[in-house]
Amino acid sequence: MDWTRILGQVAGEIVAPTTAAYALAAIGLNIHFGLTGLLNMGQAGFMLLGAYSFAIATIAGWPLWAAVLVAVASAVVFATILGIPTLKLRGDYLAIVTIAAAEIVRLIGRSTSMTRITGGNAGLAGEKYKYTFEELSPFPDGEFSLGPWQYSNNLSDSWWLRIVAWTVVGLACLLMWRLMNSPWGRVLKGVREDEDAVRSLGKNVFAYKMQSLVLGGVLGALAGILFVLPRAVQADSLGRPVTFYIWTILLLGGAAAVFGPVLGSILLWTVLMLIKTVMRDVIPTTVMRSEQIEMFGWVLVGIALMLLVIFRPQGILGDKKELAIRDH
Amino acid sequence: MTTEPLAVPAPGPLTQEISRVPGAHKPDPILVADGVQRTFGGVHAVDVDHLEVQRGSITALIGPNGAGKTTLFNLMTGFDRPNAGTWSFEGRPLGRVSAARVAQAGMVRTFQLTKALSRMTVIENMRLGATGQRGENLFAALVPPLWRAREREITAQAEDLLERFKLIEKRDDFAGSLSGGQRKLLEMARALMSKPTMVMLDEPMAGVNPALTQSLLGHIQALRNDGTTVLFVEHDMHMVRHISDWVVVMAEGRLVAEGPPDAVMNDPAVIDAYLGAHHDTDLGDDSLLTDEVAEQLEAEALREGNRR
Repeated sequence: MDWTRILGQVAGEIVAPTTAAYALAAIGLNIHFGLTGLLNMGQAGFMLLGAYSFAIATIAGWPLWAAVLVAVASAVVFATILGIPTLKLRGDYLAIVTIAAAEIVRLIGRSTSMTRITGGNAGLAGEKYKYTFEELSPFPDGEFSLGPWQYSNNLSDSWWLRIVAWTVVGLACLLMWRLMNSPWGRVLKGVREDEDAVRSLGKNVFAYKMQSLVLGGVLGALAGILFVLPRAVQADSLGRPVTFYIWTILLLGGAAAVFGPVLGSILLWTVLMLIKTVMRDVIPTTVMRSEQIEMFGWVLVGIALMLLVIFRPQGILGDKKELAIRDH
Repeated sequence: MTTEPLAVPAPGPLTQEISRVPGAHKPDPILVADGVQRTFGGVHAVDVDHLEVQRGSITALIGPNGAGKTTLFNLMTGFDRPNAGTWSFEGRPLGRVSAARVAQAGMVRTFQLTKALSRMTVIENMRLGATGQRGENLFAALVPPLWRAREREITAQAEDLLERFKLIEKRDDFAGSLSGGQRKLLEMARALMSKPTMVMLDEPMAGVNPALTQSLLGHIQALRNDGTTVLFVEHDMHMVRHISDWVVVMAEGRLVAEGPPDAVMNDPAVIDAYLGAHHDTDLGDDSLLTDEVAEQLEAEALREGNRR
């Protein structure tokens, strides 16, 4: 077995922009679920919306900052539309509506009638919208390698993208930390525990839930931009499974913990890569083909998630003290 | 009656001049409700023609299960919407106003089933109760200098209240780790963080052990002595008799009687509607009861138990 290659691939997952994108989307979901108790089952919808908005605006000739603003604005509008009818109701309704809304975004995006704008089923090719981001890079052209990591400086899946993506994740963690430890975060935690109690203390619960939904959705949209910068915008690559990967990441790292989503994302993708590469080496193709191994990797992730929820429901970074009162 | 001074009356029973008919006028009402109706599928849960609550007094709201006491609470505090009716608090109309705005107006409630925020510490529960926090705005939250001072202020206030409610040792524990009685105390202390002009307590004694009962009664009286108006729902007749200045009796959604505690509890209509013939029997010593009464009590206790 070629351990250098396997460990190299695993190490690649640690810094991958996709890992950062998932971490950022999970931070958004952490604001929804970990902080406020909102069940958003359509975070991938926010990502896809952000990705489309960014790509379409760039293709229309808008500069990078404006395209990012368009993505943020569309997430704000989307969250508001979802929130107005559902946030006054019990939590389950939001879950159902967000699943459906994310599917609507995906199905509209891939429909043939939208081909001129979204590229339909084929999506939008990366080179059409990546250039504004790549042009901004301060690095000279070429490649650079550091330990197991060797990437292009500026093009597509590049060092430049890695640096920006993880910087954004870092800033989002800082934001999360600041908000969690502020009176604003306290009201959200109160809403998570018992809405009526918070209402009886004179806080406008609906407004706080809306702010939470919008803020987490905006982080989701930004994550969508990071997600498509090393690849193409393709509606089916941000479908329902992505939402559930994000949930897995959040629960793995620990809801309501600042670094939970980051740790969760890194762990999920590295372990998955480790399992898959090792199995491809060890298991002969007559027993299991490569694509079967791909699927089997996810089966193992599912089992791991079940064990996690049973034996460590607060996640890796969650507060142990909270576990003690879970039964009340 | 109009010549009554509007000052807060001295602690103790309301003056005898107030007539004892249901819906009687008070010298200085803080809460006035008119024609409040709430129906659930054709059943009149609440049908109150007129109700006034005297400022600065402790008013008890009693009545059998299903009399509509909690529903009336929910209506007054914006947690439910009436089919008809208006009410005002300190002269401000509060009908159909959201629960949050009712609380902001100075009328804060507690719940029959306590709502301690389990996965938050006791001190965070308390801080949440305070009003006028700039840091509760999303953007201001990002700039700590804007809210640090207020945070220190409310922390000191919270510690003071926790001290009074004997919860200070639990300051940094999760509220979920408290006992049922301690949660009741926490909920009440949290409600006081906003310095309300009126508190509405829904069964403050339910589930509180006898050792805590006395201190809880003390807290409620202390509130009144500080000028806060208290309205509470309670089944514990000892408490009603002991601390209330005025008692309002509800049955089947209507007000059936009101008056000072002793007078109300001897009112034949009230005894009929609610207290039952043996309301004065000392339940502590069963040997004193005739078999017939004991059996009846047991049956009642059983029914009560089934209902919960």
